Amino acid sequence: MEYIPNILFAILLIVGVGYFAKNVKKLTRNIKLGKDVDRSDNKSERWKNMAMIALGQSKMVKRPIAGFLHIIVYVGFIIINLEVLEIIIDGLFGTHRVFTKVLPDSVYGFLIGSFEILAVLVLITVIIFWLRRNVIKLKRFLSAEMKGWPKSDGNIILYFEVVLMTLFLVMNATDAEFQAMGSGNIISKHIAGLFGSGEHLHIIERAAWWLHIAGILVFLNYLYYSKHLHILLAFPNTWYANLKPKGQFVNDASVTKEVKLMMDPNADPFAAPAEGEDEGEPEKFGASDVQDLNWVQLMNSYTCTECGRCTSECPANLTGKKLSPRKIMMDTRDRLEEVGKNIDANNGTFVDDGKSLLNDYITTEELWACTSCNACVEACPVNIDPLSIIMEMRKYLVMEQSAAPTELNVMMGNIENNGAPWPYNQMDRLNWKDEN
Amino acid sequence: MKVPTMAEYMAEGKQPEILFWVGSAGSYDDRAKKITKAFVKILNKANVDFAVLGPEESSTGDVAKRAGNEFLFQMQAMMNIEVLNGYEIKRIVTCDPHSFNCIKNEYPSLGGKYEVVHHTQFIKELIDSGRLQNVGDTYKGKRITFHDPCYLGRANEVYDAPRDVLSVLNANLTEMKRHKATALCCGAGGAQMFKEPEKGDKDINVLRTEDALETNPEIIATGCPYCNTMMTDGVKYKEKEDSIIVQDIAELIANAQNL
Repeated sequence: MEYIPNILFAILLIVGVGYFAKNVKKLTRNIKLGKDVDRSDNKSERWKNMAMIALGQSKMVKRPIAGFLHIIVYVGFIIINLEVLEIIIDGLFGTHRVFTKVLPDSVYGFLIGSFEILAVLVLITVIIFWLRRNVIKLKRFLSAEMKGWPKSDGNIILYFEVVLMTLFLVMNATDAEFQAMGSGNIISKHIAGLFGSGEHLHIIERAAWWLHIAGILVFLNYLYYSKHLHILLAFPNTWYANLKPKGQFVNDASVTKEVKLMMDPNADPFAAPAEGEDEGEPEKFGASDVQDLNWVQLMNSYTCTECGRCTSECPANLTGKKLSPRKIMMDTRDRLEEVGKNIDANNGTFVDDGKSLLNDYITTEELWACTSCNACVEACPVNIDPLSIIMEMRKYLVMEQSAAPTELNVMMGNIENNGAPWPYNQMDRLNWKDEN
Repeated sequence: MKVPTMAEYMAEGKQPEILFWVGSAGSYDDRAKKITKAFVKILNKANVDFAVLGPEESSTGDVAKRAGNEFLFQMQAMMNIEVLNGYEIKRIVTCDPHSFNCIKNEYPSLGGKYEVVHHTQFIKELIDSGRLQNVGDTYKGKRITFHDPCYLGRANEVYDAPRDVLSVLNANLTEMKRHKATALCCGAGGAQMFKEPEKGDKDINVLRTEDALETNPEIIATGCPYCNTMMTDGVKYKEKEDSIIVQDIAELIANAQNL
């Protein structure tokens, strides 16, 4: 009988971590639906980027207020989680505050004291975050794509943090032994009085302890269903991000092959493919659905935490156009999830559902509003690249569907005929030299 | 105006110091042609041995690529690369950040590897090496604000060269609230130059002009022919064309030198 709590704890832990692991597998499978792209070069620069941008939050602090507040929650989150290690050991082995046995009281007190201070700071910050979202109503939290679930999601995460931090402080405040130790209860000693004294203290302490760890496990599993995945994915996302100049767009290798063939005077356009050369399916140009994007773009969509810094810097969005880079990322994730569920429901293969990322999620009006200015890419605190998705989808529209706006077709026709976007004769290119 | 072509250089068996890539706007657009000429005046003043491709130059394909036509882009790129490689070009200067970005970043994997510099970088070189001296006091004390072109700034992180060149004018340089990495686009990029904007509540160039107006400028300096058009239109929209002029950095330097 005395082992029942240990067994219950072990079951809780296994179910919590196991279910999360199952979703991580699904997440990885979905990301791998994307096309291959090699991002294994310049490893030292990649580690440096990850250290600076994800770990060091260097792009977050470009907006000092939000950046500073975010760092408090971020540091609090990471450091307070050290406490989880003790909780897990205690839970599995039936010990109580096992670290007090191995660490000197002063060190243990210092650690828990720091956690308590951080917990209060996190609580205050989370309240400010809530006010920013719900009372101050910052513009970037009110866009069209932030209605419904995305809005609730943002608030639910904040409530989670309030509950977890409160449980942590209550757990400490009602732990008579810990309070008697008199070290590290820097915050909890002030609220200990609220709970009185007596046998019920122990019950409250146990309840807070169990709810705290259960809450952490629930939160862990909430991640996959929420925008909050960035706390994990920010790291690989910054590591695998594009390192080339932002203005450099990819050159399609399949197109290069065709263009070279066209320009080679010795090529026989009617030649049969060489022996052993598999013609295969003609490659589709650009992207109309998530499987046409590369896996880094798909990972980007799961990493996006919908902060909206991209959209708040987008010239098209700032002037009332429908385009919102954040929505591009949210749509990509939503469609990817839909495709993933389709695969799950059909024993591992995708069955055409008559839908696609293009039109059903992202409209051509949004795509054609982009100026390719890279403001969204620059603004993203975790190096997400919405522009590359927009460009892939334009490529599909133009090369597969010939569906460019009329004026652009005229412009491209001019380039084909005269080598300039305007209808001027190429032989007149140097006329300016003799004009006044 | 002395503007030798590569064909002429070739005929004489000579190789110029730089190839000046004029670009489509610089060749055909009336406003942009003035920038081209101003830059040529600077090159001649500094005794730079340069040549253009003239009728052998064709669209870089940049705008086709941004519009989604990868095929047309690569056709243009490969034709241009054939010409450039044929002349064994090593170094290219251009007044158009879109050509700059495209040739510098997107041509190499198609076989076109050159050193590409933007004209503001080249003018800075001329000043630093003493080939261009005593720039002049025409703009002394004038309030100038510089609008970063996206394809020079964010796209290639060239923020200092244009500002360094402007600083020799002894003018009063003021920055817009959004500048360098956070500069707002003029609205022309991504092939928008060639189409009507999507439905919205304002034009991007007007918003950007408002950014500039906040600095109460006498001159809005640009480094891109398309930005120049957009900002000029924005200033007209705001009915400020009598008090504010929009000029490329090359024009400002050429004017200061009385060229």
